[in-house]
Amino acid sequence: MNNGHAKRDGIFVGAAIIFFAAFLARQTALIPSGAIYAEVGPTIVPWIVTALLAALGIAIIIESTFGFWHVDREHGTFDRASLVWIALGLGLNVALIGIIGFILASATLFVCTARAFGSARPLRDAGIGFAVALIAYTGFDRLLGYQIGDGLIENLI
Amino acid sequence: METLGFLADGFAIALRPENLMWSLVGVTVGTAVGVLPGIGPALTIALLLPLTYQVDAASAFMLFAGIYYGAMYGGSTTSILLNTPGETATIVTALEGNKMARKGRAGAALSTAAIGSFVAGTIGTIGLTFLAGPVVELALRFGPAEYFSLMVFAFVTVSAVLASSVLRGLTSLTVGIFLGLIGIDLQTGQPRYTFGIIELLDGINVIVVAVGLFAVGETIYLAAFKKTATANIIAVKDSIWMNAADWSRSWKAWIRGALIGFPIGAIPAGGAEIPTFLSYWVEKRFSKHPEEFGHGAIEGVAGPEAANNASTAGVLVPMLALGLPTSATAAIMLSAFQSYGIQPGPTLLTTQPELVWGLIASLYVANFALLVLNLPLIGLWVKILKIPRPQLYGGILVFATIGTYGISQSIVDLCLLYAMGVMGLFMRLYDFPTAPVIIGMILGPLAEQEFRRAMTISQGDPMIFLERPLSLALLVIAALAVLGPVLWRQWMKSKSDLKAGTP
Repeated sequence: MNNGHAKRDGIFVGAAIIFFAAFLARQTALIPSGAIYAEVGPTIVPWIVTALLAALGIAIIIESTFGFWHVDREHGTFDRASLVWIALGLGLNVALIGIIGFILASATLFVCTARAFGSARPLRDAGIGFAVALIAYTGFDRLLGYQIGDGLIENLI
Repeated sequence: METLGFLADGFAIALRPENLMWSLVGVTVGTAVGVLPGIGPALTIALLLPLTYQVDAASAFMLFAGIYYGAMYGGSTTSILLNTPGETATIVTALEGNKMARKGRAGAALSTAAIGSFVAGTIGTIGLTFLAGPVVELALRFGPAEYFSLMVFAFVTVSAVLASSVLRGLTSLTVGIFLGLIGIDLQTGQPRYTFGIIELLDGINVIVVAVGLFAVGETIYLAAFKKTATANIIAVKDSIWMNAADWSRSWKAWIRGALIGFPIGAIPAGGAEIPTFLSYWVEKRFSKHPEEFGHGAIEGVAGPEAANNASTAGVLVPMLALGLPTSATAAIMLSAFQSYGIQPGPTLLTTQPELVWGLIASLYVANFALLVLNLPLIGLWVKILKIPRPQLYGGILVFATIGTYGISQSIVDLCLLYAMGVMGLFMRLYDFPTAPVIIGMILGPLAEQEFRRAMTISQGDPMIFLERPLSLALLVIAALAVLGPVLWRQWMKSKSDLKAGTP
């Protein structure tokens, strides 16, 4: 990452934080004070947090304009297809888990994730994903006493 | 020698067969997750938190303690055989240990790491045993103002130490404090930041945030930005027994590492990387073979590994004695205490002596079990390392889902989990540390409580934090920790400007 990029990234991140702080300020103003002394009421710490975030956002922008923003991690090249596969998996999981149950929805998530990491054998992944989800379900629902809820497979076992 | 009596009682609890079983399960699971890159003890304990509704507190903490120590052992195995440090604390181990492995000395490297971890872990646990009491004595004199200032000090050092940039560390921490504010204010019953969503009235579960940031965030990041080719795992060809020269070069490094690691872990400044780097530097200075450093010097594995494990034990001092978590794992363990209705802090040792001493005794047990289990099972750990990435991360997401959906069966929680994952992705992209978010989220509400208590005592006058000497001292140190690096940079810059002859 060259300096120009770093500067642009830093300003972008700082601006995003300030934007979030502004959003928080609106939300903080909505909290009913509820106490006689505002100093000890429920709003004092939220206001401190809001102000702190705004200040940090500004400081990050200043830091970036002077060229002090560095990202030490080295990222690989961005892979759009992989990101889409992961997003698809997570989205399908949210959409399906209430309808077909944890096991089948998670097997779907497993297939999409494996695809995002370059696996080219979806049928085999489906089998492995199903087994992993089944083991996770048995372990957590039956042994640890979680409540995973109903589902097409869950109701059979 | 009151302490030894308590410790004996603790052993009586830790050595009960069912607790011993939890301990063994803990160290095995802990080592496995430590070996796997991308998942660590904080995530694992978070996923297992709902267990606290099922089993009694002692058993749960035996399990968690085993995972906590086991993950440190597992992490070193990955660093040595794979050259991918599982976490920042094992960067140095990856450096020297992997070089040793490439030279066909993987067994000796694993061995010095394991025995060093045992020696240092035991020294650290002994330190914890004898230090917890005196720290509590001191802390019992603290009022709300001192407590709040101590938390501010911990906040600042934790975010300054864990981050490559103080500003980014503090931002992570503040976001964590914000997440901790969500829900009903316990003192006045007012809802805060609930955005009209009923599920948020109870607050966001720390499991959702931890699993989202650590597991989901890491998975999305690796899928979209890091498609590393299958890493090459170095086979263990030599004996896992060290030779006489290895022993004589290792043992001093273990002791020195432990003496460096424990105090740094115990002062509420967190972070395991500083002691490992410090130990590496010390070993290089003291070594009779400095030329071997960078090419597989055994001291460079022995010292930092020992320092890492001793600081792991050290972190438990402020956690158990003050209720002050300074690592993500400690923060999650603190929330486990809370889910049993136990508030960690100076009174913990007197109100829950059996639990605390049982936990400390179980650390000795876990350490010993790890020494016995770890090296003979190396073949198993290598197999775990060989799980292909597509299926590994698919499995991680399945477990992340069940760990959060299983608590509430709530789609809102699932969406929050994935939203945290997206936040984790951006934090990785822009190099924001994730651990301070968890620490802020757990410690924030406690700090708020002390803040409001102190302000009530002073009738709304914030000067109370500056008028009490101890409180003032802690705040001054905290301010220095934030401003120090900035001033240092300025000073170095002006010095180099002077040298260059420019005004």
